Amino acid sequence: MSKTMIKVDNLSKRYRIGAKEQGYKTFREAIVDTVMAPVRNFKKLKKLTKFNDLNHQDQNRSSFFSDDVIWALKDASFEVREGEVLGIIGRNGAGKSTFLKILSNITEPTTGTVEIRGRVSSLLEVGTGFHPELTGRDNIFLNGAILGMRKQEIEKKFDEIVDFSGVDKFIDTPVKRYSSGMYIRLAFAVAAQLNPEVLLIDEVLAVGDVPFQRKCLGKMEEVAKGGRTVIFVSHNMQAIQNLCTRAIILQEGRVVIDGPADEAISKYLGEGMGLKAEKDWPNIDSAPGDNVVRVHAVRVLDRNGKVCANFDVRDPVSIEVEYSVLEGGHRLSLQFYFFNEEGHVIFTSRDNLDSPWRNTACPIGRFRSRCNVPGDFLNESQISITYGIDTIGAFHLGHASGQHVVVFKVSDSMDSEGVRGNFPLQWRHDGVRPRLPWNVEKIV
Amino acid sequence: MIRKNELFTKHQTIIQPKKGWQMVDFKELKNYKDLFWFFIIRDIKVRYKQTVLGGLWAIIQPLLAMVVFTLFFGKLAKMPSDGIPYPVFNFSAMIAWTYFVNTVTISGSSLIGSSNLITKVYFPRLVVPLTPAFAGLLDFFIAFTILIGMMLFFHIYPTVMVIFLPLLIVIMMLTAVGVGTFFAALNVKYRDIRYVIPFLIQLGLFISPVVYPASMVPGKYQFIYSLNPMAGVIEGFRSILFGTTSFPVQMVVVSAFVSVILFLSGIVYFKQMERYFADII
Repeated sequence: MSKTMIKVDNLSKRYRIGAKEQGYKTFREAIVDTVMAPVRNFKKLKKLTKFNDLNHQDQNRSSFFSDDVIWALKDASFEVREGEVLGIIGRNGAGKSTFLKILSNITEPTTGTVEIRGRVSSLLEVGTGFHPELTGRDNIFLNGAILGMRKQEIEKKFDEIVDFSGVDKFIDTPVKRYSSGMYIRLAFAVAAQLNPEVLLIDEVLAVGDVPFQRKCLGKMEEVAKGGRTVIFVSHNMQAIQNLCTRAIILQEGRVVIDGPADEAISKYLGEGMGLKAEKDWPNIDSAPGDNVVRVHAVRVLDRNGKVCANFDVRDPVSIEVEYSVLEGGHRLSLQFYFFNEEGHVIFTSRDNLDSPWRNTACPIGRFRSRCNVPGDFLNESQISITYGIDTIGAFHLGHASGQHVVVFKVSDSMDSEGVRGNFPLQWRHDGVRPRLPWNVEKIV
Repeated sequence: MIRKNELFTKHQTIIQPKKGWQMVDFKELKNYKDLFWFFIIRDIKVRYKQTVLGGLWAIIQPLLAMVVFTLFFGKLAKMPSDGIPYPVFNFSAMIAWTYFVNTVTISGSSLIGSSNLITKVYFPRLVVPLTPAFAGLLDFFIAFTILIGMMLFFHIYPTVMVIFLPLLIVIMMLTAVGVGTFFAALNVKYRDIRYVIPFLIQLGLFISPVVYPASMVPGKYQFIYSLNPMAGVIEGFRSILFGTTSFPVQMVVVSAFVSVILFLSGIVYFKQMERYFADII
């Protein structure tokens, strides 16, 4: 059994968030408030670093959970073994970054301990400390030192860094003259030279163009396969799935799922966005929309027109919106955005080519607009729909919209009838999996 | 509780809430000496980037101030200057005063200016406000050579007491670092400091013997006056360089004492606040 490299024990972190300020009603109140503000501000600022003393028995007292205090992390415990590549997943505000900041020693925990064995490097951002006025050369040294490298170490790896970044011609140019791509490449090249026993990485792949992201992922794969211990925080499920052996899901600061990466991700996606094939608003006054359009319902339908949330990749899928037009004279258009489970838009579609009212104003009445996606087109994924109804023309005006209102799942039964034919491996990298005509012939 | 030491041996880090007084970790500071060096280089390289006059600004700032002061205080107000030509008298104070002002100003806002670093990467935070104190030394020495030129021009020569020059420079640095780090830490939480610093610096010019000699201060106030360490530094400079007044032993001793207190309290306050920097900056 390999050694434990990181041991996280009951880790919690509390932050104070600014309580809401009250607006004033009169001029007099505003003046009195300005005069009194220093006292209030001082109390508020003082409170930033003062919390009521806590001990564990006290935790359920109401003051402990006072309204302007949030627990970014709460009682997180787990261990990471040598050579393990752990992915940390969670929505915004789930405590991922807080967790990495504690592990990187940037901020201290409120309670709990972390024990780390071996040299740690953390990469919460690429290019931290880059100075725009300095040359690429100067910045390599500065950034390297900031990341914890010694001068000799940087000197030794200097050529390699320049080589990896591909900016050798501009190495004596101030980095403010760099294109953003060059800047990031140089920054990553420095970071790539880190050679710690434990590596902590936060979303650094979210920057740069696709080839660059590939390069980063490749580098990370290399690191991960080199037997080093890596903790990797990302929104990119694909990356987590490819790189990590294990994943932890954080939800409101707590570890809710801890297991093999594939399992954790599918659990996360299942819980994060439950399937929902129909969303309706019976009360027109609270329905999304304005005085021109109100939406009654959004539905996902199968080939028989029945509401359905589960589809085979070969099945056609229809999405419809039922809405009332309350005011005539507008040229309306409905648009759908298809999101895959990684949160990327796969494609969008508009009704204004096939709509009978494509060139004329829409009359008052109740409408149904349905988009038919053919079978053998969507890839296997959990797909969510965002819609918008707007006026097209000189002034683009939105009337009603909703994000991720319906969610359905497209899965692959893996028999050889679909687009995959007899291809046995995963086919998950693409947004769509259309059935296209191929010509295969023997010419000699 | 057994777990700790049997599992982790080499390169072990334990992260937990800090309790009690925080002391300066000298071993760690030493590990980051390369970073410290690169910060200093960065500050020096960046200071006069994309300016026409570049490094000349190091001289122009105190020189122009000296010209203005000479016109108004030397010529118009006929301020006494211990028997030295007023320009030299004033410039000898301006170099130390400019160093102090620049260090405190840059140091005081240094943490806020580096908030991006502080929230993204770990390193001993003390490096940040200490950097301007060392980077500023270059300007100081450049201006000092100008002073030497002026002394040669006016045929003024230093006394043997010039061996105390390093001591005076150390007092000057300790004072600037103490005040600078204190303001830097305070500034993270209370941004009022941004407005307080320029005001205090203006005030400081009046309570330091920059435009007038310390001998003008009535005897019974001399002790209170010498509590300002920059007073001792400036008077000390004049004494050892010009030799027209005897070395102000008492004043320099008080200055040294106060500067050490300022330095220590600045660093100690900084260390106590350090744990909150990343959260509240």
